[in-house]
Amino acid sequence: MASAFEYAPAPESRGIVDIAPSYGLFIDGEFVEAADGKVFKTVSPSTEEVLSEVAQAGEADVDRAVKAARKAFGKWSALPGSERAKYLFRIARIIQERSRELAVLETLDNGKPIKETRDADLPLVAAHFFYYAGWADKLEHAGFGPNAKPLGVAGQVIPWNFPLLMLAWKIAPALATGNTVVLKPAETTPLSALFFADICRQAGLPKGVVNILPGYGDAGAALVAHPDVNKVAFTGSTAVGKEIARTVAGTHKKVTLELGGKGANIVFDDAPIDQAVEGIVNGIFFNQGQVCCAGSRLLVQESIQDELLDSLKRRLSTLRLGDPLDKNTDIGAINSEEQLSRITSLVEQGEAEGAERWSPACEIPTSGYWFAPTLFTNVTQAHRIARDEIFGPVLSVLTFRTPDEAVAKANNTPYGLSAGIWTEKGSRILAVAGKLRAGVVWSNTFNKFDPTSPFGGYKESGFGREGGRHGLEAYLAPSSPEGER
Amino acid sequence: MPTNAPSPTAESVGGTPSAHALTDVAASDSTLRRFLHGLPGVDAVGLEGRAASLGTRSIKTTAKAYAIDLAISMVDLTTLEGADTPGKVRALGAKAVHPDPTDRTTPATAAVCVYPDMVATAKEAVAGSTVKVASVATAFPAGRAALAVKLADVRDAVAAGADEIDMVIDRGAFLAGNYMKVYDEIVAVKEACAASARLKVIFETGELSTYDNIRRASWLGMLAGADFIKTSTGKVAVNATPANTLLMLEAVRDFRAQTGIQVGVKPAGGIRTTKDAIKFLVLVKETAGEDWLGNHWFRFGASSLLNDLLMQRQKLATGRYSGPDYVTVD
Repeated sequence: MASAFEYAPAPESRGIVDIAPSYGLFIDGEFVEAADGKVFKTVSPSTEEVLSEVAQAGEADVDRAVKAARKAFGKWSALPGSERAKYLFRIARIIQERSRELAVLETLDNGKPIKETRDADLPLVAAHFFYYAGWADKLEHAGFGPNAKPLGVAGQVIPWNFPLLMLAWKIAPALATGNTVVLKPAETTPLSALFFADICRQAGLPKGVVNILPGYGDAGAALVAHPDVNKVAFTGSTAVGKEIARTVAGTHKKVTLELGGKGANIVFDDAPIDQAVEGIVNGIFFNQGQVCCAGSRLLVQESIQDELLDSLKRRLSTLRLGDPLDKNTDIGAINSEEQLSRITSLVEQGEAEGAERWSPACEIPTSGYWFAPTLFTNVTQAHRIARDEIFGPVLSVLTFRTPDEAVAKANNTPYGLSAGIWTEKGSRILAVAGKLRAGVVWSNTFNKFDPTSPFGGYKESGFGREGGRHGLEAYLAPSSPEGER
Repeated sequence: MPTNAPSPTAESVGGTPSAHALTDVAASDSTLRRFLHGLPGVDAVGLEGRAASLGTRSIKTTAKAYAIDLAISMVDLTTLEGADTPGKVRALGAKAVHPDPTDRTTPATAAVCVYPDMVATAKEAVAGSTVKVASVATAFPAGRAALAVKLADVRDAVAAGADEIDMVIDRGAFLAGNYMKVYDEIVAVKEACAASARLKVIFETGELSTYDNIRRASWLGMLAGADFIKTSTGKVAVNATPANTLLMLEAVRDFRAQTGIQVGVKPAGGIRTTKDAIKFLVLVKETAGEDWLGNHWFRFGASSLLNDLLMQRQKLATGRYSGPDYVTVD
């Protein structure tokens, strides 16, 4: 029987990563306990197994870390760019050397498939450090004046969907430009940041240049509000982003916010259908849809709707959901119980509002947090599932008749982070891309990242850019016309 | 275990065949052109990316054992040299029947593939087994001959007992946009195959140059009645690749969805290792689907692949690698 060609389980070994029973905060080059002795547990979303106990930062710890970063700032920022580059190159190389270990760790702590951590996350993490290492001694040529200076201490708060990659996006440009950092990873995924702390020590990075404070929202709020922080960088939900904007308003702090999204993936009737289907799948089911730039709204031209949906459903039926450490797994676990219940409730609302729900037949593991890939048809702009960011493997399908209608619907959202265009017609790509109000517009592809390419949003998706030459700007104070500062 | 038993015939798959729904397509040069150029385009980057990502599937233990036997049963063991002799063809036939003399549980290959003048010899060599004899007729590999010559070539091979005919299309006509000529030739060759031989149509994808052309050629071949569509002759620089095979698998999948007729796929040339062969099987499984995972619907055109499959099979059985002296030279 042909169906006997079942893939045997191909689990990646956990033996390569050594997770300690407990971790401290990383302040001034040392792992230390929290001032009030608080700890929290981090669990593996695919099994609910407790992986480790981690010190929980509070206000006092934030203060300690900011002081350490301030102390380190003088020497670090005074180093020639080429010296800072050496540290960054060293970090990048260590990340490459330890990439297998870090990929397994990230999969354990986050729940995403090893295929993604191994083939997407870790190569990009290393690439970001390499890229910004290259800029460190060329800052005067970056276009921000001949004498642009670092800002000082950067307080950075990152989310749980790409823990190590978001850390790289934040820390690499900050260090390249001469800033020192205090970074708070998300409470559900602190481990890879703590391993990164170890990498900083391995690279001989001066004490206090990088400080890592695992903790909850209160620690993040304290960090953002700390009077001696010069720059705030945040990636996460729009709600928290707004709070941060209120906190820093009226201060001299510079701020960049990378917030939510509700990306439109527009498929025209002359699109390369098979590749469009792959792009749609990659757009919304990559990292279980827990991606701020996910293509969560599919806008398909009415004339090919049936054909495309048939292809899409057939393709979804081949997705493999299960153990994220299995190299053949396409869809892993949802990051937390809380996130799972949010997805569940939004999907129930979608059904209640009359949209048609479809999922392929797939077995859901008994422990851990799981959600089957889901498709909603008969969705209109008035449905909540077409407006709210679900941050899960849920695709809403809408239709359009003309390019103008596609553009109008794509832009009709409070967000503006990403969009996709699928057509064989080059002139249409250019015409439509120019009208879309989104920070990134992919054409005939989706969810492709590169350190040289700036990333960021419009409207409620935030402001500022990360990545590329533009990413340096957020960490530099331009020299004044007179050359003084 | 895979066997040579024929799978369901085209007629029994997907209900009544309705190719007639597409007969109008070949009514004239212009309808045919319009149809072929109306097929969805192919984005090269996306296609190659998908093929590469399927290549990262990890196939081991039971799945690997299954895949190796399946791949062996799909091999068209091929010798296409000017220097071919009856002795060489007999040796090939014997090997096709019992690929591994030390282990009789090894499945036979699907077919031996020879030039038309060797068909009778090959038939004798595989007599009494499930192994089919395929022959590259139609002025292989260039296809540069008059239609009458090509048809004579085919009739010869069929008369000598060939179960399968591998024909090359006229790439010159195709690239010149003369689709109707290519269509008519395939129809004529199919007629010459009569009911006794299945027809594999070779596109020489390396010479078609673009993926859009490969998709058009695939549909052209299927519309004209191909039982199999095949990438290449193995005689040019670029032969079967994961990407062009993936594209052809999409084409047969879509063709069946539209007409109910199932067509086989045969990548040929350049597939030398077990690892590569397994990647192709993954493409089949995840693109066209399980219905194509048998040698009635999927073949490997290869000469050196078989020995690597046998060595890997021995490794799975014994836990140790043997070496080239533990499998037969052809």
